[in-house]
Amino acid sequence: MTTFRNLDRRSFLGTTAAALGAAALGGLARPAQAAGDLSVGFIYVGPKDDFGYNQAHAEGAAAVKAMAGVTVLEEENVPESQDVQNTMESMINFDGATLLFPTSFGYFNPHILELAPKYQDVRFEHCGGLWAEGNPTNAGSYFGYIGMGQYLNGIAAGHATKSKKIGFVAAKPIPQVLNNINSFLLGARAVDPEITCQVIFTGEWSLAVKEAEATNALADQGCDVITCHVDGPKVVCETAVSRGAYVCGYHADQSPLAGDMYLTGAEWNWAGVYTDLVASFMAGEEIPNFLRGGLADGFIKMSPLGPAVSDAGRAQFEAVKAEIMAGGFAAIKGPLKDNAGNIIAADGEAFVETDVKLESMDYLVDGVMGSTS
Amino acid sequence: MDSVEIGLWGVPLAILGGAIRVSTPFIFVSLGECLTERSGRINLGLEGTLVFGAMSGYAIAYETGSPFAGVLAAAVSGACFGLLHGWICKFKGVNDIAVGIAMMLLGMGLAFFFGKPYIQPVAPDLPSINFGWWSDVPQVRAALQVNVLFILGGLLALAMAWMFRSTRVGLTVRVVGDSTDAARAMGLDPDRVRLLSTAMGGALAGVGGAYLSLFYPGSWTEGISSGQGLMAIALVIFARWNPVNCFWASLLFGGAGALGPALQSIGISEGYYLFFAAPYVLTLGLLILTSSPDRAMQGAPLELSLTK
Repeated sequence: MTTFRNLDRRSFLGTTAAALGAAALGGLARPAQAAGDLSVGFIYVGPKDDFGYNQAHAEGAAAVKAMAGVTVLEEENVPESQDVQNTMESMINFDGATLLFPTSFGYFNPHILELAPKYQDVRFEHCGGLWAEGNPTNAGSYFGYIGMGQYLNGIAAGHATKSKKIGFVAAKPIPQVLNNINSFLLGARAVDPEITCQVIFTGEWSLAVKEAEATNALADQGCDVITCHVDGPKVVCETAVSRGAYVCGYHADQSPLAGDMYLTGAEWNWAGVYTDLVASFMAGEEIPNFLRGGLADGFIKMSPLGPAVSDAGRAQFEAVKAEIMAGGFAAIKGPLKDNAGNIIAADGEAFVETDVKLESMDYLVDGVMGSTS
Repeated sequence: MDSVEIGLWGVPLAILGGAIRVSTPFIFVSLGECLTERSGRINLGLEGTLVFGAMSGYAIAYETGSPFAGVLAAAVSGACFGLLHGWICKFKGVNDIAVGIAMMLLGMGLAFFFGKPYIQPVAPDLPSINFGWWSDVPQVRAALQVNVLFILGGLLALAMAWMFRSTRVGLTVRVVGDSTDAARAMGLDPDRVRLLSTAMGGALAGVGGAYLSLFYPGSWTEGISSGQGLMAIALVIFARWNPVNCFWASLLFGGAGALGPALQSIGISEGYYLFFAAPYVLTLGLLILTSSPDRAMQGAPLELSLTK
């Protein structure tokens, strides 16, 4: 400790300056990137190999990495706080990134909205947010209609369930999650209108022990097909299988975890989306600020059907999938009530998958047991 | 598997099952911390040790194919963290709480760094003993799948209580924890006793981590612990530095944690954020109930920097 006390302010400043100088020189000495190379930054909220949300994005980033003339920067485990602003600024200022993909829902407001006006030359492409008129024009949001994937999951689940009860482990009651829960049940009800879906919210995107407890509680109540919307479905899948329940996947392919108990899964297909976006950015083309796509646009895909899906299930799954591919499919259609008895859609009314109203969903439909608060 | 309608019975069953499933890491970390604190040191680094134990246990179990080798590896790595903490704290003027926080961050950082390649593979699980054989109800059977580490934790709590009460080793730890001067006068080496107690405490925390990754929830992810190590350290104070109480407090915490999901599963779903706070509310309530206006920190080792 004495050495620190003897260090006076002047020599401390001198040493620090020298150290900083050395660091700066070190930075310059790094191999310079090829001239004209585009730097693209990907930011994940969790580990990029979580069998889930972040892995899906990282697989897309890997596809971008394979493109010529592109350097990919990645940072994982970045919280939805001031941290993400620091990460974005360091990617812009130190690595020269001009296209950023901050992939977590909570990065958009306020973090991207604050930074975008400051860096007009940088394009911020955010996953899941609702870009609206009046937001910075160098920011944009993209997302996929993955609710349709959960609808197809529901069809596979509807054919597999014997107890007529299916379960959903959900993180937070935000519109995207609610849409997935509702779609999962409505898919199952397209098979058998008596099926109900029990939902358990864990309150966080990634809480391993609570997810396991929730899955066990669902199994205790007799749910024999379980799916989820949490960041990493690994724990839910493994726990469900250990309790003898079938699994419908989410985010990425979890069939290696669930084996024969895996029915199918709603997966992101970011590789195609990201390579397209980067290519049009490099070509200087206009990128829409509000970009959405579904099964037909290659934004999402389904895991191959597992061996436990019956022939009847297979046939209905393929038929509905073809209907969705054709466009204009609506999972939420009248007559439909929410689980508190309020009318969501009158007879003849339908909200097709592309309807922006679905992105501000705040209800659980009739047949879902659970509450949004 | 044909399940049986159990309805409302799901809640007590979930609390029982949750107490058995969730409590084991709490038991091991709090027993480890209990030993360390009885010797007069606080090791806040056990959260990091827990996470590193989870990672190393999973990695070794995957590489060797034996979950018990994983548990052993977790214990050894935990002991190493404990030794490091104990060694640093030996120096004059070093604050054990500050070192603990540094060790916590170090342990988590190292675990994330070395754990990257092990997120994807599936390691073998620890075996469990089926205490529900007498029941035809699959839910009861599932709840009574008791892991060997849980039983070991219970026995360890009893053994440690006995050790503190009536063995020479226990007395040595207690003397060192209550008065460094008295220990020195008796010819003991307080630094060495604390070093070994911290190492042993670290080893136990490592085993707790191995339970997380090798049994329940049973996989290695970076969010596996979500602060359980820190809560276990708080449990030691709540349990008044008594190993048997540490065991009961861990059970209580595990059971209360299962309340939130279980209530939602039977349809009581309004205000689930409130139910999730149940373990903390319960702890607060019990602390207030058991507090005494006369005797502050009853049972606390006198050399603890908390009480000094």
